[in-house]
Amino acid sequence: MTQLAKPVYLAAGYHTIFLGTGRKEFHPKKPRPGIDHYIIEAGKGAISQINDAGNIDEGVVSNFMAARFNRQGNLAAFIPSIDPALLYKPCSRVEGACGSGGLGVFTAIKSVLAGVSDTVLTIGVEVQNSVKAVYGADYLAGAGYYDGERKNGHAHFFPDKFSERAGACFKKYGQESIRTAMARWYEQAILNARKNPKAQEYHNGIGDLYALGMTPPNPKVFVENLNVFDCSKVTDGASAAIVASAEGLKKLGIDKKDAVELVGFGISVDDLKQPPKDLTKLVTTQKAVEKAYQMSGLKPTDLGFLELHDCFTITALLALEAACIVKEGEGADYVREGKTHQDGELPTNATGGLIGFGHPTGGTGVRQAVDIWQQLTGKAGDCQLKIKSKKPYGMMINMGGNDKTVAVMIFKPAVA
Amino acid sequence: MTLNDRLENVAIIGAAGKMGSGIALLMAQEMALQKLQPENQKKTYVLNLIDVSEAALVGLLKYLKTQSVKLAEKNIVNLRQLYGDRQDLVENQDIINQFVDDLNLNLRTGTDLNIAKDSHMVFEAIVENADTKVSVLKKLNEICKPDTFYFTNTSSIPIKLLNDKVGLKGRIIGYHFYNPPAVQKLVELILPKGINPQLKDAALELGKRLRKTLIPSNDIAGFIGNGHFMRDGLHAISEVEKLEKEVSQVQAIYMLNKISQDFLIRPMGIFQLIDYVGIDVFQLILKTMNPYFPKENLHSDLIDKMVAKKVLGGQNPDGSQKDGFLKYEKNRPVGVYDLKKSAYQMLDSGNWVKEAEKKLGDLPEGFIPWRGLLQDPQKADKLKTFFKKVKTGKTLGTQLAQNYLKESKAIGEKLVSEGVAHSPNDVNGVLLNGFFHLYGPINDYV
Repeated sequence: MTQLAKPVYLAAGYHTIFLGTGRKEFHPKKPRPGIDHYIIEAGKGAISQINDAGNIDEGVVSNFMAARFNRQGNLAAFIPSIDPALLYKPCSRVEGACGSGGLGVFTAIKSVLAGVSDTVLTIGVEVQNSVKAVYGADYLAGAGYYDGERKNGHAHFFPDKFSERAGACFKKYGQESIRTAMARWYEQAILNARKNPKAQEYHNGIGDLYALGMTPPNPKVFVENLNVFDCSKVTDGASAAIVASAEGLKKLGIDKKDAVELVGFGISVDDLKQPPKDLTKLVTTQKAVEKAYQMSGLKPTDLGFLELHDCFTITALLALEAACIVKEGEGADYVREGKTHQDGELPTNATGGLIGFGHPTGGTGVRQAVDIWQQLTGKAGDCQLKIKSKKPYGMMINMGGNDKTVAVMIFKPAVA
Repeated sequence: MTLNDRLENVAIIGAAGKMGSGIALLMAQEMALQKLQPENQKKTYVLNLIDVSEAALVGLLKYLKTQSVKLAEKNIVNLRQLYGDRQDLVENQDIINQFVDDLNLNLRTGTDLNIAKDSHMVFEAIVENADTKVSVLKKLNEICKPDTFYFTNTSSIPIKLLNDKVGLKGRIIGYHFYNPPAVQKLVELILPKGINPQLKDAALELGKRLRKTLIPSNDIAGFIGNGHFMRDGLHAISEVEKLEKEVSQVQAIYMLNKISQDFLIRPMGIFQLIDYVGIDVFQLILKTMNPYFPKENLHSDLIDKMVAKKVLGGQNPDGSQKDGFLKYEKNRPVGVYDLKKSAYQMLDSGNWVKEAEKKLGDLPEGFIPWRGLLQDPQKADKLKTFFKKVKTGKTLGTQLAQNYLKESKAIGEKLVSEGVAHSPNDVNGVLLNGFFHLYGPINDYV
């Protein structure tokens, strides 16, 4: 698809608190809300911003691994629990590992473009604190080629995959440059999250974040090239939004000033059975980004801000390169120079990103879309960026697995 | 016989006790890891867990099951490699379950010492009483092979005495773990005169494998750890007795506990520590040590009175703290024992705590609790600044703290001058590693 057949909007965003270690209300041994609670809270949060739940035509739930984390399938059938008016509406669940959320929004967009629905309630959710991280690592390894990779994979499967990428970057660009940029990225993520009351790291009060980010890795208990601060944490959380056509917005009673408009998207999927061709590049991400630029007619310098998929600090550096914000090998400098800060050249992950806000794996893509909606409609609270009228565009990059399933979307305010 | 040979059959006597269960966990893990080495996979490993009560042994097995799961979770990176050739074990969960099963397959429990007959290494962790230890070791020496090595966990009885009374001919070593053994890094190593050099080598090698910090102490009753702790506790008690002229005994105990915890920035107050060890155990150790130090009086009426009242402290089987000098809720002090009334005065009842704290005066500026400093890379500087304030303070609290620091230092120096410790570093090492202090008693703060 080279251009959108009709305008598609996103509005009525909502986040639950992103719960996990670091939040004051989190206690590993105390009972916590289940996945149904998160779906219902997020759904109600979106519905509370429209006139009537009965005006929603369709529901989509994005989730990665509830079948293992929560022993729960058939998630779409929780949607009627949100509101009785949703009973018997068409609903489905979408999965693409940590890219599930992006695919969920994509599914809703397709429905609207196809004229199947005018309004789609889109929810992204994951509840992962049901098991210790050591067991969760097995479940998350399902984002790789399980039969082919798990047995010989590391105990901490995905951290190790990205540790390999960090190692390759150390070799290619120099360890100090990459390492210090990774630590700066961690520092930025936490500083942004401290302004975001829903973020997992909102209560983080640690003094010298950069020093913490520079903690030497300990391969005896973790992985070769990453420390735990380089990693997004284990999170329970959900986000929701409504994707709608112009008629849909009217039907829901949403003013256009409270909505954002999609200007382009790109979805790209790589072969799960093949290892990355070059560990220092996110090739699939780049393909998806290129499609989104092409559809929107925009170029990297048109972007006002960015939401990228920093499952690990190293991924952030590589994503900046894949998104053509900088040239290959320049991601580290860009971060170190503070250009991704809230007041920098291209504010990136202004609410904390996966490392600061939290990473409820299957929910993250929806979270990113909601964050862009908040920024462009002036609803981002203490994280609000100054959106320049010449650059009213926010782009999100949501990635599943080791750069395997990538969804990119660019939005602008629905009212210029 | 090498350490690896000996590790094929090990016994722990008093295995269900506080110390024995921790040693059992450490040895069970080490033996399970040995069995995983390619050259050992056909060998049989046996860990005999012996205690007087079947019920306690059931509790021990439950403890080992829970703890071995935690150990496996922590060591998953290494275990994935060790089980690398097992194609059926794919997930971390599979590997953890298998390791726990393998570890548990090595365990044998019993109340009869005879099951230790083939053990080449015996850990003794029974009651801290010389006669009982001698009697059990004698029986074991009759049952076990003549080359068996004995590791005693005594914290106070001279090893030479056990060796001579039992006739072990250098086959016994002092291997004093700290509570809880699976967590605390310190093992005090006591090499008695005439020790079999192979036993010494095995003990050093084992310490490395268990990732312990071994600190040598000479074979003098109480060694370094109790040599310091007992005298430190007696100092607090003597200060309580002095304070009793001005305040109630309950207030005095509260005040000294606060001085030793907050004004000295230690992990817990001295009376809480005595409770943790057990007031009866504290009394037993004093009794053991006293005859060896004719110039001192290592004895306390207050301790005797508490034991006579059967207020003993110590821990419940689940590890929670029993009431002693202090009363505990969720392991936190909530009251102080009043000997006259045979009841606890609760911290939140009446004004007595406020009065006591007023008498002590405020904590000096720059105070940070022990936990807050534990991981602080600048803790040395912060402690220095704080203790400078203590030194120049004029309140009763700072005076008591200064006395306490001086006494603790004097005890440490005495342990060196009387030949218990080889060096001030060893004394400080024991307090840092075994008692979790942030600084050694031999310091420049006073």
